[in-house]
Amino acid sequence: MAAIGGRLAGRTGAMPTADKLVVIGLLGLPLLLDLLFIWAPALSSVVLSFTRWNGIGGLHTRACSPPPAPSILQNGCWYGVQNYHQAATIYPPFWPAVAHNIIWLLVFLFIATPLGMLFAVLIDTGIRGSRIYQSVLFLPVMLSLALIGIVWEFVYSQNFGLINTVIGHTGNGNAIDWLGNPRLDLWAVLAEGSWRQAGYVMVLYLAGLKAVDPTLREAALIDGASGWRTFWRVIFPVMRPINIVILVVTVIESLRAFDLVYITNGGNNGLELLSALVTQNIVGEVQRIGFGSSLGVVLLVVALVPISAFLYQMLRREERT
Amino acid sequence: MTSVARASGRTAVASPRACRARPRHAGRVAAQVIMITACVLWLIPILFALYVALRPYAETSKYGYVSLPHRLTLSNFVNAWTESDMGRFFLNSVWITVPAVIVTLFLASAVAFVVTRVRLRINIALLIVFTAGNLLPQQVIITPLYRLYLLIPVPHALSGSGLLYNSIFGLIVINVSFQIGFCVFVLSNFMKTLPRDVDEAALVDGASLWTRYWRLTLPLCRPAMAALATLLTTWIYNDFFWAITLISTGNERPITSALANLQGEFVSNQNLIAAAAMMAAVPTLVVFFLLQKQFVAGLTLGATKG
Amino acid sequence: MSDSTIPLPSTQAHVGRRGLLKGLAGMAGLAALDPVLSACSSSGSPGGGGSANSITFGSNYSDPAPKQAFAALVAAATKKTGVKISVNTVDHNTFQNNISSYLQGTPNDLFTWFAGYRMQFFAAQGLATPIDDVWEKIGGNFNTAAKALSKGLDGKYYFIPIYNYPWVVFYNKSTFKQKGYTIPATWDDFIALAKQMKKDGLIPLAFADKDGWPALGTFDIINLRLNGYDYHIKLMKHQIPWTDKGVTAVFNQWLELMPYLQSGANGRIWEDAAKTLEKKQAGMMFQGTNQVAAQYVSDKASLDDLDFFPYPAINPAFGQDYMDAPTDGFMLAAKAKNPDAAKRVLEYIGGAPAEAAYLKFDEWDVGLAEGLSVPSYNSIQTKSVQAISACKSVSQFMDRDTDPAMATAMISLIQKFVDNPTTSTISTIQKSAEAQAKTIFTS
Repeated sequence: MAAIGGRLAGRTGAMPTADKLVVIGLLGLPLLLDLLFIWAPALSSVVLSFTRWNGIGGLHTRACSPPPAPSILQNGCWYGVQNYHQAATIYPPFWPAVAHNIIWLLVFLFIATPLGMLFAVLIDTGIRGSRIYQSVLFLPVMLSLALIGIVWEFVYSQNFGLINTVIGHTGNGNAIDWLGNPRLDLWAVLAEGSWRQAGYVMVLYLAGLKAVDPTLREAALIDGASGWRTFWRVIFPVMRPINIVILVVTVIESLRAFDLVYITNGGNNGLELLSALVTQNIVGEVQRIGFGSSLGVVLLVVALVPISAFLYQMLRREERT
Repeated sequence: MTSVARASGRTAVASPRACRARPRHAGRVAAQVIMITACVLWLIPILFALYVALRPYAETSKYGYVSLPHRLTLSNFVNAWTESDMGRFFLNSVWITVPAVIVTLFLASAVAFVVTRVRLRINIALLIVFTAGNLLPQQVIITPLYRLYLLIPVPHALSGSGLLYNSIFGLIVINVSFQIGFCVFVLSNFMKTLPRDVDEAALVDGASLWTRYWRLTLPLCRPAMAALATLLTTWIYNDFFWAITLISTGNERPITSALANLQGEFVSNQNLIAAAAMMAAVPTLVVFFLLQKQFVAGLTLGATKG
Repeated sequence: MSDSTIPLPSTQAHVGRRGLLKGLAGMAGLAALDPVLSACSSSGSPGGGGSANSITFGSNYSDPAPKQAFAALVAAATKKTGVKISVNTVDHNTFQNNISSYLQGTPNDLFTWFAGYRMQFFAAQGLATPIDDVWEKIGGNFNTAAKALSKGLDGKYYFIPIYNYPWVVFYNKSTFKQKGYTIPATWDDFIALAKQMKKDGLIPLAFADKDGWPALGTFDIINLRLNGYDYHIKLMKHQIPWTDKGVTAVFNQWLELMPYLQSGANGRIWEDAAKTLEKKQAGMMFQGTNQVAAQYVSDKASLDDLDFFPYPAINPAFGQDYMDAPTDGFMLAAKAKNPDAAKRVLEYIGGAPAEAAYLKFDEWDVGLAEGLSVPSYNSIQTKSVQAISACKSVSQFMDRDTDPAMATAMISLIQKFVDNPTTSTISTIQKSAEAQAKTIFTS
C-alpha cells in the first residue's frame, strides 16, 4: 500500500501533459465564470461606491465639483465617501432598512427557525401522518418567493382579503391595512417569510436528526428519560454542527430577503430592506449607480460575517479530513 | 430492547409505549394537535388563492373573495394563459433552466473532481472562491454585473440584442455562475466519500484524467447529480432577481418575473392573477410531488460523517 | 430568489431516479437549438440594420385599450408613410424602469415617453436624437405651449406629443343630483361639501397612494392654487428650497383636507379607489382622466354618469388658472437604426389626422394638435379640451417636472405625510426633502 501511495505521490507531481491540459480545461471555464461574473462585480461594487454616476456615459477619475455645480455635469466622477455619508445622514430609507434587516434576522432566528426545529422534532418522533405533515409544511419552500408574495396578497388585501373579511374589518373606516400600514406591513411580510423558512429549516433539521446515532436515543430511553429531556440533554448537543449550519443558513436567508418586499410594494413605506434599496437605485428610471453600490457594499460587509463563519467551519472540516 | 426502541422511534404504533405513563400519550396528542393545526394554517394561503382563481370575476367583484361559490370555472386559467401569452414565458423559463442546470452540473462536477482527486496546492483556495461566491447576496454584485452585461457583445445567434444584456443566454450565464459554487461544494463533499481505490487503480493502469472523470467518477455521482438537478431546476425556475434586472424586454422574461408584470396587466382582475400564479407554480409542484425525495436529499447532501 | 443552502454533515441519503439526468440531457439537445430562434424572433430587431423601410417602435402602452389605440395609430402611420412599423410592447412599469439601459443598449427606433424634465433629462444625456427638422414641417400644428413642452434643455426639439389629459375632481352626476350637492368653486365650499358628504355616509374623496405617485398630484394642485405656476416650476427645478414657507403652507392646506380623504391610502392602489367611486361609495376623486375615466371604461361602469370639475380655487390671485395636464408622446432614440424612416413616421404623428386615429379608440385622453376634431369624443373628453384650454399654463406633474430622483424622494416623503399627517411630520419632510434635493440637483 505504501509503495502505491509513494508512486501516486510521485505521479501527481509529474502529471502527463494531456492530463495537465485537461485540468486546466476543467477548471478554466468555471473559474473564469466565477471570477468574471461573481467576484469581479463584487469587488467592483466597492470601487463604484466611491463614485457618483447615473449610468450614462463613462467613468473618469476626476473628482466631482463641489456645489453649486449643476448635477447633470456631475456624472461619472470620483465622489469619495460622500455616498456613504449621504446614506447614513440624509437618505431617509437607510436606517429603517438596517433596522428592518435586523428585525428580519431576529424573527427568523427566534421564531421561524425554532418553529422549523419544533416541527422537525415532532415529526421525528414518528407520529402518525408524519409524511403528510412533512410534505405540507415543506410545500412553500418549493414556491418562488415572488409567487408567495402574490398569493398572500389575497390573504392580506385591505377590503377584500381573507383575514379582514373573516374578522369583519373590511369597511373603509375599520379596514386593517396589512400591507400599507408601515407599522404592520413588515410583520405581515415576515409572516410570509417565516411560512417558508420554517419548512426549510424543518427539512434540514430532520435530516440532521435522522443522522443522529440511534444508539444514543436508545441509551437515553433505557435510562428512563422522557422524550423532551432526551432531546435537550442528549440529541441537541450532538447536533452542534448542524445547529451551526442552520444558524448560518438563517442569517444568510434573512440577508437575502428581497423578493417578498419587492413584489409587495417595491420596498417602500415600511418594507425597506438594504437589498431592496440597492435595487431601487439601480433598477429604475433613476439610476444612481455609485449610491446604489455603496448600499450594496454595506450589505456585503454585513454578509461577510456569516459567510466567513461558514467558511471557517468548512475549512476546519477540510483540515480534519 | 433495540428493536423495540427502533420501532418506536420510527412508527407511531408501539404498544409497550402505550403502557407507559399517561403524560407520554398526552404528549402525542399535543404533538398531533400542533401538527394538524400547523398544516391547516400552512395550506390556507395556497388553497385560498386557488379558490379565487376558480371563481368568475363577476361573482367575486359582487360578493367578495370570501363567499360561497355559485359556480366554479376554469375560464380564469384560460384567459390568463391567452391574454398574457403565458406559453411564451414558460418557454423562456425552459430555455433558461434546462441548459443552465446541465451546464452547471457539468462544470461543477469537473471542478469537484479536480479538487478532490488531483492534489493541487490551490485546492482549498478554489473551494473558498467557489463557495463564498455563492453565498453573496445577489444585490451586492448586480451593479457592476449589469454594466458588464451591457458591454459584452454576443453573437446574434445567441442573443437577440447582441449583448449579454436582455438575452436568455445572459440569464443562463449568470445562473450558471451563481449556482456553480454550491454545486462544487456539494459534489466535492460527495466525491470525497467515493472509494478511492477504483480511481487509484485506474490511475495505476494509466487512465487519463479525463477518463477517470468522465467514465469513472461521474457515473458514480448520479444520485448526487439527480438531487442537485432537482434543486437547481427549482431554484433557477424560481429566480426573480436576475430576470427583472437583466432582461428589459417583456417577452423575453421567464415566468416567475413575468408574474410581476402580469400583476400590473391584470390589476383590474385579481382572479386572473391568482390563476396565473397557480399556473406558474405547476412545474415546481410537479417537482414537489414526484421528486420531493430527491429535492430533500439534495438539500441535505453533505456526505461528511460527523 | 435563487437559494443556497449549506449541506448538512450527515450520511448520504439514498436517491433513485437515475433516469432524471438522462432525461435532462435529452432535452438539452433540443434546448440548445431553440434560444437561437426565440431570441432572434422575439426581440423584433434583426441584427445589423433592418430594411430601409421598416422601423421598430418601443411602446409602454401595455393595457388593452391604449394598446389598441396605439395599434390603430401605427396602422394609420404605415398606411400614410409606407413605413413598416413593428411594435415592441413592454409592460408599463418595466418600460419606465428600464429606460436608461434600454436607451443605452439596443433601443427601438422610436419609443413612447413623457414630456417634461423627465424627457429633457434623457435628451441632455445624449440618448435621444434632436428632431428639429421634423418640427420644421409640423410646427404649424401646435401652439406655443405644446412646442415648449417638446424642447430639450438645449432648446432643440426632441419630442412629438400625441395626447394629454387633465387632473381634475371626478364625481358621479347621479350622486350629486340625488343628494343635492353643488359644484364647489372655492376651497371653503369644497371642505363644506366634503363635510356634508361625510355626514351623508359617503367617503368624501376616494384616495390611494400605494404606487406613490398619485398623491403627488394633490401636492401639485394645492401648490399651483396657493402659490402659482411660477413658484411651482421653480420649486420643481429646485430654484426654491423645499424648506420654504410656501411649501409649508401647501402641506398645512392639505392637512385641512386629510380628514376627508379615504383612509388606508398607502395600502390601496388607485384602481381600487376608482372602484369606490364607481360603486358610489365615494363622492369625489382627484386624479387624471387617463386613469379614472379609463377605469370606468374597463370596469364597464356608467361613463355617462361620470363628470368632473376643476380643482377649487384657494388663492384668489391665481383662481383656477393652472393645472397638471401631463402630455405623452414619442421620441427618436439616439441609437436608432433607421432614423430617416422614423422621422417620416414622426412627421405624420405630429398632426391632427394621426391624433384622431389614436383617439378613436381612446375614451379619456385628448389631443393637442390645432384644428383637431374628433367626432368620437365623449362628454368627458370635450370638457377636458375646454378645461385645459381655459388654463393660463399647465404643468406636467411632479414626476415629470422634477428630477426623477427627486420625485422618488418626494414619493416616500409624501407617503409618510399621508400615513401621519401632523405639523411635526411636515417639518421633518421639508427638512429631508431639502437635504436630498441638495445632493440631487447639485453635487
